[in-house]
Amino acid sequence: MTTLVPPQELAEVTAEPAVRRRERRPRRRRRAGLGWLRRWVSPLLILAAWQVLSSAGILTEDVLASPLQILATATELLADGTLQSATATSIGRVLSGFLIGATAGLVLAVVAGLSRIGEDAVDPPMQMLRTLPHFGLIPLFIVWMGIGETPKIALIAMGVAFPLYLNTFAGIRSVDRKFLEAAHTLNLTRRQRLRHVIAPGALPQALVGLRQSLGVAWLSLIVAETVSADAGLGYLINDAREFLKTDVIVVGLAVYSLLGLLTDTLVRLIERKALAWRS
Amino acid sequence: MALMTRNPRHQTPRPNRTDATEDGTGRSVATVTELHRSFGTTHVLRGLDLEIRGGEFVALLGRSGSGKSTLLRSLAGLDPASPRELTVHGAVSVAFQEPRLLPWRTVEDNVALALANGPLRRIRREHARRSLDEVGLTEKRDAWPLSLSGGQAQRVSLARALVSKPNLLLLDEPFSALDALTRIEMHRLVVALWKRHRPGVLLVTHDVDEALALADRVLVLDQGQVAAQWSLAVPRGRRNGDPQISAIRTHVLEALGVDAGTRNPRTERPTESGAA
Ligand SMILES: Nc1ncnc2c1ncn2[C@@H]1O[C@H](COP(=O)(O)OP(=O)(O)OP(=O)(O)O)[C@@H](O)[C@H]1O
Ligand SMILES: [Mg+2]
Repeated sequence: MTTLVPPQELAEVTAEPAVRRRERRPRRRRRAGLGWLRRWVSPLLILAAWQVLSSAGILTEDVLASPLQILATATELLADGTLQSATATSIGRVLSGFLIGATAGLVLAVVAGLSRIGEDAVDPPMQMLRTLPHFGLIPLFIVWMGIGETPKIALIAMGVAFPLYLNTFAGIRSVDRKFLEAAHTLNLTRRQRLRHVIAPGALPQALVGLRQSLGVAWLSLIVAETVSADAGLGYLINDAREFLKTDVIVVGLAVYSLLGLLTDTLVRLIERKALAWRS
Repeated sequence: MALMTRNPRHQTPRPNRTDATEDGTGRSVATVTELHRSFGTTHVLRGLDLEIRGGEFVALLGRSGSGKSTLLRSLAGLDPASPRELTVHGAVSVAFQEPRLLPWRTVEDNVALALANGPLRRIRREHARRSLDEVGLTEKRDAWPLSLSGGQAQRVSLARALVSKPNLLLLDEPFSALDALTRIEMHRLVVALWKRHRPGVLLVTHDVDEALALADRVLVLDQGQVAAQWSLAVPRGRRNGDPQISAIRTHVLEALGVDAGTRNPRTERPTESGAA
């Protein structure tokens, strides 16, 4: 059987010693065809092994429930609406925290990015505060705000504000002077320069900040809910812990990661759409 | 760095910028009188005088660092100058060495942006398309600037500069980054566009032959002043091998200090001749 080799591959192949050539060709072909399937093999094997260990009684339920058990529990929690309401509560917290933190971060970045006075006023404290690990603030937040919703939302807002501020500020400052000069020679007004030059010029970096801040938002939610919660996914998990219900704990964790994945995908979509000019 | 300062036109004393009448051919579009510019202790422009008339094509030569871009920036309103030193009548447009197209706006939007304060959106687009048509890039109007070749980007930059019907077109080495063939095409294009729109043109270049091929008048900047200038009476297209042009080329090179053997001492500048 003769196979056609694309010219550039041929060049690449013949440039290599004969021994390596022989072992390389079949591997390449397989990867091209079944590559995506291959990536599922090991996760499925691990899952199967996990199920076998559980069924054999080696992995007991109070250590880690079996995959099938977890699936059943998830179905149950969905059927009686527990999971949905817990998820809604948690999403509500992230949303409020994110909106507050993102607004603060963006406003501060714009103030610092667009004027010298703004930079002098805003940037030094922000640079000092950013070195503070914000989870370390939990005790203070509890002292100030108790253990209700407020400290949770404050923690998420803190986590969101910094990456967004730092990246947006850097983005505004990185806009090429030459474009501003060009805008000037086109007689654009201040507002037009903001709209056509500075905002789109700062956007790529600001979106990097958005992605970081969403990651921190979910992380802050988990930490805040683990510390204390009377509703939401964290409450579901904490409650399950008391009764060693590992299946519920895993379901809660799965929802956390799905939500994180969801927002990350969302930002990627925005990036692809808004930064189409870069390709 | 993207500090948002207010448009300096509103805060520093600005040169007089009057709105000229439609066809200003022959009328002065820019008058520079005793212009001084210095950066720290380097005096770049030292009492420079210059007048550019509507429809006139002027080429500006000078050694690197002689202040060509500095003069151009003053004329473009990018650097402050007092109204006593500098008067520009009507609209000014600039095309830089790098095209400076906004990468996040399409080709057409980049051109239309030059009219942002002007007519309605529909009319802006119409003008932008016509201008792109003039530079032969109609089919690229929806393209992103980063996908253009250097020559195409420079043509878009020209379209953007011309769409606002400037009375004065400032070109700062717009062809120097292009290959020889593209450069020749660009020369033809610029002359064609100039003939159609008749702005006054100030072209900064390092290329003596480019200056001699395109301009009505060639200036040499040295010691912060227009050290010498020549008017070229020979029509464009017939200048290759013309004895008068060859003679002027020798003088220009001399003024630029290229021919080191016969270089004049600074005090002994070539005699000024030509348009006044
Ligand atoms: N913003 C600035 N700050 C300090 N010095 C400057 C600035 N702009 C220009 N200069 C100085 O002014 C002098 C003239 O610069 P300019 O850019 O006008 O030269 P040029 O004739 O355009 O040179 P080239 O042919 O290399 O482009 C140079 O010595 C340069 O270092
Ligand atoms: Mg220059």
